[in-house]
Amino acid sequence: MRLLKIIPDTTNIHFMQHRKWTFPFSVILIVGSLALFLVSGLNLGIDFKGGTLIEFTTKDGPADIPEIRNRLDDLNFGDVQVQEFGAPNEVLVRIERQQGDDQAQQRVVALVKEEFGDTVEYQRTEVVGPRVSGELAQAGTIAVIASLMAVLIYIWFRFEWQFALGAIIALMHDVILTIGMFSVLRLDFSLSSIAAILTIVGYSLNDTVVVYDRIRENLRKYKKKPLAELLDLSINQTLSRTTMTSVTTLLALLSLYFLGGEVLRSFTFAMIWGIIVGTYSSIFIAAPVLILLNLRPGKDTESGGLPPVSSEDKAAAA
Amino acid sequence: MLYFARWKIVLILVVIVAGFLATLPNFIDKETLEKNWPSWLPSQQLVLGLDLQGGAYLLFEVDKQDYQTKQLENLSSEIRRVLRQSPRIGYTGLAAQADSVQVRIRDTDKISEAEGRLAELVNPLQTSLLGGAPVNEFALDVSSVGLARFTFTEDGLDRRISGIVNQSIEVIRNRIDELGTTEPSIQRQGFDRILVEAPGEDDPERLKRLIGETAQLSFHLVDSRMTGEQALQARPPAGSKVLYSADDPPIPYVIESAAMVEGDDLVDAQTGFDQQTNEPLVTFRFNTSGAQKFGLVTQQNVGRPFAIVLDDHVISAPVIREAILGGSGQISGNFTVEGANDLAILLRAGALPARLNVLEERTVGAGLGADSVEAGKIASLVGAAAVVIFMFAVYGLFGLFANLALFVNVALVFGALSFLGATLTLPGIAGIVLTIGMAVDANVLIFERIKEEMRLGRSAINAIDAGFSRALGTILDANITTLIAAVILFYLGSGPIKGFSVTLAIGIVTTVFSAFTFTRFLVAQWVRMRRPSHIPI
Repeated sequence: MRLLKIIPDTTNIHFMQHRKWTFPFSVILIVGSLALFLVSGLNLGIDFKGGTLIEFTTKDGPADIPEIRNRLDDLNFGDVQVQEFGAPNEVLVRIERQQGDDQAQQRVVALVKEEFGDTVEYQRTEVVGPRVSGELAQAGTIAVIASLMAVLIYIWFRFEWQFALGAIIALMHDVILTIGMFSVLRLDFSLSSIAAILTIVGYSLNDTVVVYDRIRENLRKYKKKPLAELLDLSINQTLSRTTMTSVTTLLALLSLYFLGGEVLRSFTFAMIWGIIVGTYSSIFIAAPVLILLNLRPGKDTESGGLPPVSSEDKAAAA
Repeated sequence: MLYFARWKIVLILVVIVAGFLATLPNFIDKETLEKNWPSWLPSQQLVLGLDLQGGAYLLFEVDKQDYQTKQLENLSSEIRRVLRQSPRIGYTGLAAQADSVQVRIRDTDKISEAEGRLAELVNPLQTSLLGGAPVNEFALDVSSVGLARFTFTEDGLDRRISGIVNQSIEVIRNRIDELGTTEPSIQRQGFDRILVEAPGEDDPERLKRLIGETAQLSFHLVDSRMTGEQALQARPPAGSKVLYSADDPPIPYVIESAAMVEGDDLVDAQTGFDQQTNEPLVTFRFNTSGAQKFGLVTQQNVGRPFAIVLDDHVISAPVIREAILGGSGQISGNFTVEGANDLAILLRAGALPARLNVLEERTVGAGLGADSVEAGKIASLVGAAAVVIFMFAVYGLFGLFANLALFVNVALVFGALSFLGATLTLPGIAGIVLTIGMAVDANVLIFERIKEEMRLGRSAINAIDAGFSRALGTILDANITTLIAAVILFYLGSGPIKGFSVTLAIGIVTTVFSAFTFTRFLVAQWVRMRRPSHIPI
């Protein structure tokens, strides 16, 4: 009946052993992401920076991007980005926020339409004034922080404090690496990127909670087992579920990435990245961090190279 | 875990059937729904967001500064009027600043009398029934040396702006309704903002023009003591001001500040054509009091020109040939047909109490919207197919159960969205696709748990029972945390993001239901029929 098996039924991987290199590795990535964020920042879209976005298709053949750029430069809008968007005759134009108040932004679209006239067909225009963009940026930041807090409180309520802290560390890890990814690739950071980050928070948390749930269960079951061993056991027990869910979610997201259209692409890309990072962090950050947080003081020996889960444990469980 | 009371089975089936029925209208065309659809069936279709059906999203804000300036201008002329009433009180230095007006009373003996007259101008505002103390629009402060100063009170200004927003919404609704756009949504947002969403409207410029004009129309006599050029060089005579025409280059006119008649007195405006030149023009009709005023002034001023002023621009300045007593007239001024039509709409719908500024504008062409829907459909179908095949390949028969649950789940999501009248946006489609991917998670948790329990040596039925009950806590914990993120997103997000959080949240709830209840139900039926000793998982 069964056609496919990705993960063997019983695995016995010493994940905790790997924290020797996964911790430094993640720390380097986090520091790198933060440094990059501070130095070059995010490529903020018009949602947060204000400005104008125009998407149009040229009516006669493929768009001549350099020529369009020249014509727009002649209109003296300051920083203008022109890029192909999905198809050779589709063009996405971003124009920076104009000096002055909200009214100054309104003239941009009119001038562009005057310049290109009937030679193009407008698909989408967005104009965000300086005040709204400031508010959106604020609301977005609050949304991310508020959800992290709410989740922290929920896990605290359901688990011990070490779990709550561990989950938050794993989440921060995922959020920071995602921001780093946006920073490195200079992807447009917009409102939907905030949505993507919050979804990643949700997913990664989902993953972390499943592992934690098992750890909690095993803590009650095996009172004397060293913590590192117990964590290894818990992760191995949930490994096939972790993998399965990542695969099905990735299948859906990949389909969205390739077939869902250009507008959603960067949104989906961020989520795919988040699923990968989130899965990694549940295994290699969220669980081992519990050792650092002294989840079971005194009973743990600080070592990874322990003998594999012995058969007596299985017998005990049965 | 595997026993289901009869009422529970009925309940499960009812929920599922309801989900399918609520989804059904989306596959029926609108006409059938309206004419031949049984009334007991749900008939609500999913509402597509502006990004999917095309349309314009405009966020306006009341221009507080502009309103204040105008109010202070009016206040200045009122101050002039009351101080000049006999017996006159001498004053000097009457001037409006950014948010106040001040005047110095020259006769120090008459300061208290002046204060009495000025105090009438503080403009008390109507309070609501339970509104407590009355609020004045202005605060008056008179110093002992005779310097009187009016400033806006904070409460008064807030109340004013609030009233302006409500009034503006009405006016905007009238104007947009005239355009014939389908189901525009006009709502207040925050304190002093108005959000206009017009599906299907892909010319936001026209919409902006229609909403952006305050359309305050007035008729003034032209002051013939001075030409426009002279007035620009010197100063316009007292009680008159210079306004420009909308021509290029603009022509200055000196007109009397006091209006003969104002736009409030209009009852109708229509487009028409000049019988000689065939140019488009706008005809209008006054109400009785407007007709009387207009008749009187025109009778007394035959041969003089008067100006038709719209939002501080002179549209035209015809000469009064004879008294206009019938209460109707026409405005001609080099209009295009669309221009004349828009002006007629503006005049019919009434003037906005204050200027509105555009803060944010998003437009999506109908073509792009349709493409997005198409792409979203394909992506969902392919994504779902991939997940379904994968689940079957990994879990066999149980994978089939999970896939059935997935199907029910998607139907429930669409059913709930249709039933709630929620708006489906592009990110919302992403939320659904994500739900498809993550929905099987609950089933995976259960199946993996069952496998484990089997490995520990439990019997088939025991293992299934334990698998479901042990996975429940995990499923709840894992989904509640995601739900928290979705709820916060809903409250703090705007526009399309809200759509995403709604589908995500609904997806979570239906996922827990379909995985935990429906899959369990299927498995229970299978166990009862087959009495398996081994589980093919």
